[in-house]
Amino acid sequence: MNDLFLSCPLFGLMPVWQWLIEPLQAGFMVKAIWVSAFVGVVCAVLSCYITLKGWSLMGDAVSHAVVPGVVVAYALGLPFALGAFVFGFGATVIIGYVKSQTRLKEDAIIGVIFTGFFAFGLVLATKIPSNVDLFHILFGNVLGISQSDIIQTLIAGSATLAIILFRRKDLLLFCFDPNHAKAIGLNTQLMYYTLLSVLALTIVTALQTAGIVLVVAMLVTPGSTAYLLTDRFDHMLMISVATSVISCVLGTYFSYHLDVSTGGSIVVLMTIIFALAMVFAPKYGILGQKLTRQIPLEQ
Amino acid sequence: MRSDTFGITVENISVTYSNAHLALYNASCYVQPGTITGLVGPNGGGKSTLFKTIMGFVNPNHGRVHIDGLSVKMAQKRQLMSYVPQSDDVDWNFPVSVADVVMMGRYGYMNMLRIPGREDRRQVAESLERVGMADFRQRQIGELSGGQKKRAFLARAMAQNSRVILLDEPFTGVDVKTEKRIVNLLLQLRDEGHTILVSTHDLASISTFCDRTILLNRTVLAEGTTADTFTEDNLSMTFGGLPLSSLPQVFSNPQRHYE
Repeated sequence: MNDLFLSCPLFGLMPVWQWLIEPLQAGFMVKAIWVSAFVGVVCAVLSCYITLKGWSLMGDAVSHAVVPGVVVAYALGLPFALGAFVFGFGATVIIGYVKSQTRLKEDAIIGVIFTGFFAFGLVLATKIPSNVDLFHILFGNVLGISQSDIIQTLIAGSATLAIILFRRKDLLLFCFDPNHAKAIGLNTQLMYYTLLSVLALTIVTALQTAGIVLVVAMLVTPGSTAYLLTDRFDHMLMISVATSVISCVLGTYFSYHLDVSTGGSIVVLMTIIFALAMVFAPKYGILGQKLTRQIPLEQ
Repeated sequence: MRSDTFGITVENISVTYSNAHLALYNASCYVQPGTITGLVGPNGGGKSTLFKTIMGFVNPNHGRVHIDGLSVKMAQKRQLMSYVPQSDDVDWNFPVSVADVVMMGRYGYMNMLRIPGREDRRQVAESLERVGMADFRQRQIGELSGGQKKRAFLARAMAQNSRVILLDEPFTGVDVKTEKRIVNLLLQLRDEGHTILVSTHDLASISTFCDRTILLNRTVLAEGTTADTFTEDNLSMTFGGLPLSSLPQVFSNPQRHYE
């Protein structure tokens, strides 16, 4: 209780300053803050595309499907990012294949495949003797992130940002109007797999920070928040990145001061910001829509 | 005939969807270059399927489509084909402006990064001007009226400067004034040598602006000049059980009053 009181940054400037500075004296906190800020940027950028494309469930699927990959990679002494990417991307390819071969609806197929992968990962993790901490895979462990994990996070995240930056207009067109993309001679099949592989890479990036259970929030919430606040895609990107980075940095602070789960507090903050936007957004918020609806009634 | 006009050849197309629904059976037709051709048939008669097959969005089980000998894929790579979608097929809440949408028509001419050049900007401005949407260029697309939405997407096809333009149900949900406006634009485009294929179930307007007509119900039942094809017998064959009294204006106004 006392702890909570002291950690609250609302009592004058000095305590705020201390609240912000004190954790930085610990090396692991410096690392954790900038790694989660970086992850926040990567997730926020992709989340704009995922939100608009309607692929939130696909994000959930990929995040769960990476578990066996992480376990196998650790068992074989390979980088976790490699195993995670192969299994995450593999799951999406299998989903696409099953969809083309059966009459099932996509959400059913996604549900079957990702839980299947996840269950297989659980079986492996409990059978193969390794130093994989299942809890860390599930819920993230950015405060204890190792040097090699940071490097893998950076590589996966930079690759994601580079691919999106390079193909951003085509990917946006693909989300908006894939038929037109095809009509002007673009390879939409390639774009589909580009977006899927970028999705898998982003999940690999966020694995250590948020864990697979919460990564889907980092992939959906910032983009959804921004979508409620603007009608322009470039503004949407900026708002998404800003809310995401603020949540990631402050969430890491809260996690330190309150001694709570890092991924958890990041996602709680993101959700609070989303709720605020949902209520107060000028045009698409609940209040804003009520107001604009009342005007014609009064006239 | 101009040398850069293109016709569409549809040869024995059959399309069965994965739910075993047979949408098109052995359909063949030829869309003559430099004409406005109306594609007429009942709902569920395969109009959209034929469009999607021509554009390569749907792969036929049998048959093939070519654009004066070019495969559809090649024609698309050369920016010869554009498609104005049905309103229902567009996500109107997407955060793009009218100018963004029209600029998408130019992507095929740009480099990998799709950075617009002077010519791209000029084409976009000119297309917006021609459809009368220049004042709405910064609007988010969902803020437009039904007719403005159609004109925005027609402007995209014009900016693409493709030789073949397909319009899927361009007159649903627009008022008479907008319909006239769109028809006038189509006539202008035809006179510039574009080949235009329009699907519609607004039978009243067909004879006013379509040079040729294709009647479709699961297969092509008739094709030819509108005067020859758009007959009561052919229509009753196409629409089957539909009583012709439900289509009162069709024959009352044969002259072309949009010219």
